[in-house]
Amino acid sequence: MADHTHSSHHITSRKTYFFVFAALMVLTVLTWLVAQVDLGWANDLVALTIAFTKMMLVLLFFMHVRHSTRMTILTAAAGFFWLAIMLFYTLTDYFTRGASVLPVLGK
Amino acid sequence: MNTSAAHPSAPTTAETVSERKNYLNADYGILSWLLTRDHKRIAILYLISVSAFFALGSIFAALIRFELLTPEGDLMQADTYNRVFTMHGVIMVFFFLIPAIPAVLGNFLLPIMIGAKDLAMPKLNLASWYVYNLGGIFTLWALVHGGVDTGWTFYTPFSTTYSNTYVISTALGVFINGFSTIFTGLNFIVTVHRMRAPGLSWFRLPLFIWSMYATSLVIVLGTPVIAITLLLVAAERAFGLGIFDPRLGGDPILFQHMFWFYSHPAVYIMILPSMGVISELVAAFARKRIFGYRIVAFASVGIAVLGFLVWGHHMFVTGQSMYAATVFSVLSMLVAVPSAVKVFNWTATLYEGSISYQTPMLYALGFIGLFTIGGLTGVMVATLGFDIHVHDTYFIVAHFHYVMVGGTIMGYLGGLHYWWPKMFGRMYPGFLSRLSALLVFVGFNLTFFPQFLLGYMGMPRRYWSYPPEFQVLNVLSTAGATVLGVGFILPIFYFAWSLKFGKKAGDNPWGAVGLEWDTTSPPPTLNFYTQPVVTAPPYEYNREDVHNRTTQEAPVG
Amino acid sequence: MASSPLTDTHGHGAHHHPALAHQFDSLDQQKESSTLGMWLFLVTEIMFFGGLFLAYVLYRGRYPEAFLQGSNTLNVWLGGLNTAVLIGSSWTMVLAIWAAQVNWRKGIVIFLILTMALGSTFLVVKAFEYHHKWEEHHIPGKLGMFFNSPFQFAGDEPQHVEIFFSLYFIMTGLHATHMVIGIGVLLVLTILAWKGHYGPEYYNPLEMAGLYWHFVDIVWIFLFPLLYLLGAHVH
Repeated sequence: MADHTHSSHHITSRKTYFFVFAALMVLTVLTWLVAQVDLGWANDLVALTIAFTKMMLVLLFFMHVRHSTRMTILTAAAGFFWLAIMLFYTLTDYFTRGASVLPVLGK
Repeated sequence: MNTSAAHPSAPTTAETVSERKNYLNADYGILSWLLTRDHKRIAILYLISVSAFFALGSIFAALIRFELLTPEGDLMQADTYNRVFTMHGVIMVFFFLIPAIPAVLGNFLLPIMIGAKDLAMPKLNLASWYVYNLGGIFTLWALVHGGVDTGWTFYTPFSTTYSNTYVISTALGVFINGFSTIFTGLNFIVTVHRMRAPGLSWFRLPLFIWSMYATSLVIVLGTPVIAITLLLVAAERAFGLGIFDPRLGGDPILFQHMFWFYSHPAVYIMILPSMGVISELVAAFARKRIFGYRIVAFASVGIAVLGFLVWGHHMFVTGQSMYAATVFSVLSMLVAVPSAVKVFNWTATLYEGSISYQTPMLYALGFIGLFTIGGLTGVMVATLGFDIHVHDTYFIVAHFHYVMVGGTIMGYLGGLHYWWPKMFGRMYPGFLSRLSALLVFVGFNLTFFPQFLLGYMGMPRRYWSYPPEFQVLNVLSTAGATVLGVGFILPIFYFAWSLKFGKKAGDNPWGAVGLEWDTTSPPPTLNFYTQPVVTAPPYEYNREDVHNRTTQEAPVG
Repeated sequence: MASSPLTDTHGHGAHHHPALAHQFDSLDQQKESSTLGMWLFLVTEIMFFGGLFLAYVLYRGRYPEAFLQGSNTLNVWLGGLNTAVLIGSSWTMVLAIWAAQVNWRKGIVIFLILTMALGSTFLVVKAFEYHHKWEEHHIPGKLGMFFNSPFQFAGDEPQHVEIFFSLYFIMTGLHATHMVIGIGVLLVLTILAWKGHYGPEYYNPLEMAGLYWHFVDIVWIFLFPLLYLLGAHVH
């Protein structure tokens, strides 16, 4: 029928699932470890990078985005992209008002 | 357009339209309506709810205009006036303008226009109607207890801290109502992607479908943000949390950013469906395919996307940074371009078309003129310097009423008049319907054009009294509102009359082209007698046999 | 010319699965439709929670010291434990789907029950954490007063720390609400799985519930570092 793309009946192996689970656990410990060290603004960057990586693992493997249709990937991407628009574009107002409004900029 | 016979469902001599099973007589009893999964019945349920809220919102409009007949505040107290214009806004925006075309016309027509038996998720569709009413109940509860006085924009900290009206229940009512819209949007996107008839590629879709699709994108991406914003307002008010209250370290501008991030795209939720209707009406009543079909389709999606990047133009005077304001101003001009493109394309379609002035066409022509004025004044207020002067004046009020009433409502009424015979199998009286259209057009302009002048001269909005030199224009405006009111009331009578006494409409009373006209009026429950297969582009009015097709029954309307 | 309208049968007398809804022509079309529908719903959830993350970013940028202090009062061990519990529950959720794919009915039930158990563990730990906040008088605004524990915080900007806790409670509270709903849905699916509704041919509801569950997990993956680990380097 309309727009019919044969969906994948791909069965991911339990081994793959276990490794993803293990990786997520390791990354959780890692994020806690890095947080113990004062890296200034890099703390945030590392924490978000690790969180982002964990999210990608969940998305690709647990949520099967790796084997999903282009439509699914596009939908998920659009959601995150729109969140980025909301965050970034709103913050441009605050970023251009000076450090008194956002002291973190002064650091 | 359809490989099935021209009128596969033409009645035999032995049976008449009304004797045949259609979605209206397929089942009887109130429960068969309240528990229906049929998108067409759900559309009718929405028609009733949406009309009721429109009537309520109109009463508040009447109260506003009566108060403003005189410069002094003498009809009601100032506090009451605040509640009146707030409830007018809340009800009209959230319970009428946003749902009307998608939930009534979209629900009814979308599956039929793409050759499907129903929407992708019929139960979700029914749920959306109940959720709509649940949201309505919360808001009505607040209303009978005195309503809200914050303006429909709920600006903080007044709404969260200082107002002593029923903000929480109204906010929750709108919050719940938002889910109704989200369910509809989800349903439409999935349906258009996955349930199109064989041969119906994207660029063979009617432009109404493109508009509904673009609208649904905006709904899905924007509505959750108003949801969380109002939830935060309710939480702050109930629990004294300092998110938006500067007294507690919060930021009222954050509220405005979050509120307008949705509420600006919301106006495109209101106008895109209406533009979709206009495309259908112009094609049908100029008997010509829409000029620049693909451009119009892309323009719809373009408006949807660009509409998310301009919200700061509502905040030019509230403390935004100058740099952000400039970016918002420039982008706001940009978003006018696809809208203007559509107006040009409709006009080009009319050129050398075979135009007939049936009632739907009157509304379509009215739309084109009024939306242009509304849109141009939109570009004016997008200009930073100009907006500083006219912000929060009647200029703004006039601008948005031109696009929302002159635009959205004209499209809604035009669509109702166009598809009414399809939905109910009956025609309405042509003289009365054309008279109503004329009254709406004249009344509307008399109501709102003076408001441009009032605003430019400095009359603020949301004020219950004004300097005496503004009275003449205000009286004109109220007079116009009265005419407009008559124009809105008349259809209630002749539409109701038509259900029982109207001339029976054939399958295609307008001689139009589209899958919806290839089935009976009213359609059967699963929409078609044979599964449509699409082999041609839309609006094939130039085809010889179609071009010469006269309307099956020449409706007087 | 057809004399009767389309009906519910799917044409050609073809056998159709009892789970096939009337508006669809095939299980595949139904599956792809519901998958797209669920993803669109998740997009709305991204924007819904996104608003809270926006508020967080703004106030963290504005009151960095206060947020540090507030964060330090949260128990990192419990937060970390909960993170592990949720990741584990996502693992058991995909295993439930795997069990359906290999036609192991009991396995579906076992893994769904494990998922619910881990989800419930998360909620219990959360309740414990909230109780701790109540003891320490960190419940903000009128909420604190309602629970007879008015907000108190020693330091030079208690009001800004209160904003941290407002966001903490709203974000984790909304997240917990989503967990409760998720557990409710899983309960229904467990019962249906026990009754044999799912197998290699049809396990779509499990996948849809799984998508929702994993999304809620992803929200927590971000909440954990942003709420709990801000001040971890301050000893």
